[in-house]
Amino acid sequence: MICVYEIIKNEEEKRKFMVKPEKLIENGIRLDGRKPDELRPIKIKVGVLNRADGSCYFEFGANKVIAAVYGPREVHPRHMQKSTSAVVRYKYNMASFSVEERKRPGPDRRSIEVSKVSREALEPVIFQEYFPRSAIDIFVEVLQADAGTRTAGINAASIALADAGIPMKSLVSACAVGKVDDTLVLDLNKDEDNYGQADMPIAMTPDGKITLLQMDGHLSSDEFKEGLEMAKKGCLEIAQLQRAALLEKYSSKIEGESNE
Amino acid sequence: MKMDKKLVIPGDFLSDDVKLADEGTYVEDGKVFSSVFGIVSMNKQIRVVPLSGKYIPKRDDIVIGIITEVSFSNWIVDIRSPYEGLLHISEFPRRIDNAEMSKYLNVGDSIMALVSDVDESMKVELTLNDQRLRQIKDGRVIEVTPSKVPRLIGRNGSMIAMLKNETGCNIFIAQNGRVWLTGKDKNVDLAVRTIQKIENESHISGLTERIVKFLKEEKGLTVKERVKKTEEEKSGGILDELLDK
Repeated sequence: MICVYEIIKNEEEKRKFMVKPEKLIENGIRLDGRKPDELRPIKIKVGVLNRADGSCYFEFGANKVIAAVYGPREVHPRHMQKSTSAVVRYKYNMASFSVEERKRPGPDRRSIEVSKVSREALEPVIFQEYFPRSAIDIFVEVLQADAGTRTAGINAASIALADAGIPMKSLVSACAVGKVDDTLVLDLNKDEDNYGQADMPIAMTPDGKITLLQMDGHLSSDEFKEGLEMAKKGCLEIAQLQRAALLEKYSSKIEGESNE
Repeated sequence: MKMDKKLVIPGDFLSDDVKLADEGTYVEDGKVFSSVFGIVSMNKQIRVVPLSGKYIPKRDDIVIGIITEVSFSNWIVDIRSPYEGLLHISEFPRRIDNAEMSKYLNVGDSIMALVSDVDESMKVELTLNDQRLRQIKDGRVIEVTPSKVPRLIGRNGSMIAMLKNETGCNIFIAQNGRVWLTGKDKNVDLAVRTIQKIENESHISGLTERIVKFLKEEKGLTVKERVKKTEEEKSGGILDELLDK
């Protein structure tokens, strides 16, 4: 028994338990049974937090994130305020229990980066100039992570912003494309992310304006173009679900017309 | 007059006629789109009334504020908005001394004030110099979503007049979504419940009829029956929903 314990404690040995699956794609079907251009199942719930001005719970496969939006509200600390527009602040945080091995709580290099790029993915659609000297605060908490948390966070945050009644040009939808076993796939899961050849998260508006594009790994320029088209389709699909979720919050029968 | 009631989300296409664009919309490439999540009304002008959002002060609005600070010559007032209101000592109905400001209005006091000016950088100036304005010393103040204030007032004040009539309370609705009620405790309770119902259901058509019915029912109930009814209406929390999938 002691032996087994030691094996698991030893980092190097432990990696042997998590070996790369021999094939990530077999006969055009991925490990989790998806086709290459298929998204993971999505579940959205709007208005889950009463205290926040807007909120959203978002499941993206095994990812579970919750987003809260506060504002526009007074800026603290004062020196951060802009005299002609609102400041947008985005805080991405992973819960310590969100991954298998406990994540040390608190901001780190990765979460600061994710916060920055996510904020920049949302800023172009927000009418910041409507609210000078104020702050719009977005908080995204990752409860469970399984590759693609930044895209899940952006999807959740854009719904929460709409729920908070903040004027925007449109929603923002995000998903990733990547390359595994020399095949382009949409919306990578953990294994594909770990053992794949490339991962490219993309956020865009429904009319195709890209607000976030990052890439980890290598893609040829043809692959990049094809991947972009796949992501566009994926984002449109997500946009439909985002819209449906927002409308559902007030779904208690709005008749098309009324005489009030 | 017929009105289309439709829920829209930011970015939804509304019209090709730029001249119709009103609040809650934006224009791009000669087309009108919705800028907020709300209900669109295509009555002469196209506007979208948001379902939530903060109060943004406008000149000539009457607001209910709470004093948060007394400074050298200003009272600083929370008006339920991203911006604080400033009530200068000279805007108090009577001439008073700087040293005695907190004698008249102290931290925590509520006032009904008029927004006399809002400048570019959203500095909000308030005044108490008007017949309609006063300090609020009795009754109850509750809060509703600011964007729902027009529904609460109703067309030409029909909803609020009905509510006052049926409950026997005096009700004042401020533009920043604070509502001041005075009257017998029991009546105020009823009015508060009714206002909450209006707020929750303002996007569903047939509102007025439903509220009339609600008031009729509620007035017939004894206290015991009402407690039972509210318990039945209580719904499970979100956690239950998340867990039972």
